[in-house]
Amino acid sequence: MSNFAQTFSSSLGKKLIMSLTGLFMCTFLVIHLIGNLQLFKDDGGQAFNSYAYFMTHFPPIKVISYLLYTSIIVHAIYALVLTINNKKARPIGYAVFNGSANSPWTSRNMGILGTILLIFLVVHMSNFWAQYHWGNLPYARYEISLQNPQDIKVTSIPFEGKELAHADYVDARSGTQVIIAKNLYKIVNESFKQWWYVTLYVISMAALSFHLIHGFRSAFQTIGWDHKKYIPLIRFLGVWVFGVLIPIGFAAMPLYFFFFK
Amino acid sequence: MNLTLKVWRQQNTDTKGKFVTYKADHVSPDMSFLEMLDVVNEDLVKSGDEPIGFDHDCREGICGSCALYINGRAHGPKQGIATCQLHMRSFYDGETIVIEPFRAASFPVIKDLSTNRSALDRIQQAGGYVSINTGGVPDANTIPVPKVISDEAFNSATCIQCGACVAACKNASAMLFVSAKVSQLALLPQGQPERYRRVQAMVAQMDAEGFGNCTNTGACEAECPKEISLTNIARMNREYFTAKLFKEEEIH
Repeated sequence: MSNFAQTFSSSLGKKLIMSLTGLFMCTFLVIHLIGNLQLFKDDGGQAFNSYAYFMTHFPPIKVISYLLYTSIIVHAIYALVLTINNKKARPIGYAVFNGSANSPWTSRNMGILGTILLIFLVVHMSNFWAQYHWGNLPYARYEISLQNPQDIKVTSIPFEGKELAHADYVDARSGTQVIIAKNLYKIVNESFKQWWYVTLYVISMAALSFHLIHGFRSAFQTIGWDHKKYIPLIRFLGVWVFGVLIPIGFAAMPLYFFFFK
Repeated sequence: MNLTLKVWRQQNTDTKGKFVTYKADHVSPDMSFLEMLDVVNEDLVKSGDEPIGFDHDCREGICGSCALYINGRAHGPKQGIATCQLHMRSFYDGETIVIEPFRAASFPVIKDLSTNRSALDRIQQAGGYVSINTGGVPDANTIPVPKVISDEAFNSATCIQCGACVAACKNASAMLFVSAKVSQLALLPQGQPERYRRVQAMVAQMDAEGFGNCTNTGACEAECPKEISLTNIARMNREYFTAKLFKEEEIH
């Protein structure tokens, strides 16, 4: 086996891959949350739909998105391989195991939390990502007054057999900016009106919170970034930003649509 | 004190074991845990039964022989002590105490509570040494070592190789042990010539022995009788990745 292959098939190498893919997904979460905050804008989904078009068509972002899909798959497969190895390392378990005496609950249940997140990702991506790419979504036409950008006229264009081109132009005669975009906002809005869907999202975001409270700082420990100078910062970010702020931000979206839209 | 013991009894490595319940009456709270087992064993011998097998040697917390998993915790309910330093006053009268051997595929049971932990010896033999003659005692300060570094190396060197880290870990990972052994030499000047070969050889042996993988739960650190800290594992990771990715010793 080459040195490179040997490195990444060792226990520490597999953990390094878990750590790097995990941290990459953490950075994605920050971008994903900031972008999706546009769902809260009261503009009939114009900002959100334009953003969705940008994220799926700007080449550098496409490259990063393929890296992200790879990360998700690799993270899940390596987690499975490591878990199987770990189970093999103790074939006969303890009759009495007092785990809470020496370790936090989150750290002992990363696999369960990760499985919930994987199920969530399958549902989430098949409902929005796959629908956006191949789902024959309706389009929305936004006419934004140039004098008063708050004045937006929205008309829905149903899907009629073939995809329309995304358009964004200024119509000088009527004094409006016209945007024609795939209406992802519409299916988000519809999905978030269903109680079971909202419940799934909120539970999954709770799982995300617990997963990241342990996972974020654990990733740095695995890389070996462990120093008194910056460990407090990493712990703070892991708990308050990735464990609290980000999951609450995401969970707020379905709750907002369910209760206030 | 009157206690009920549920003890793992297993004839040898190849047979299946089971729990057997014993009564331990008139136990003094001042007895150590192992003394309590000695008393139980005396009664067993008197009644013609096989005494309970368990590992022990120095009985003062420095040899690392004793290794019992008591009520769901390695070395029992207290922190920073080995089983031999645990006293019966840590339990209450009438308590049921479940005693199991350290469980790991790499620690096969020899008999009852006694386990074969030579996997840890083999990891040490793979690289946990300095292969130069250290010679006589050098003059003071001929090899400068900063105080904090020597303290850190000595902290890592307090590991007594008992295997509690493996026993406490939900994944039966030996990374705290290996990292302590890597650290004590990587930090000091005498350990430098073999620094990068050592960490690679020891990690490779650890994997070959079939130990699990660290998930940074911190259980090992909490149960270690010598309170070896998790920072050792981070250091081992740094040493390993540095060795593998940046410092491979080859003739170019």
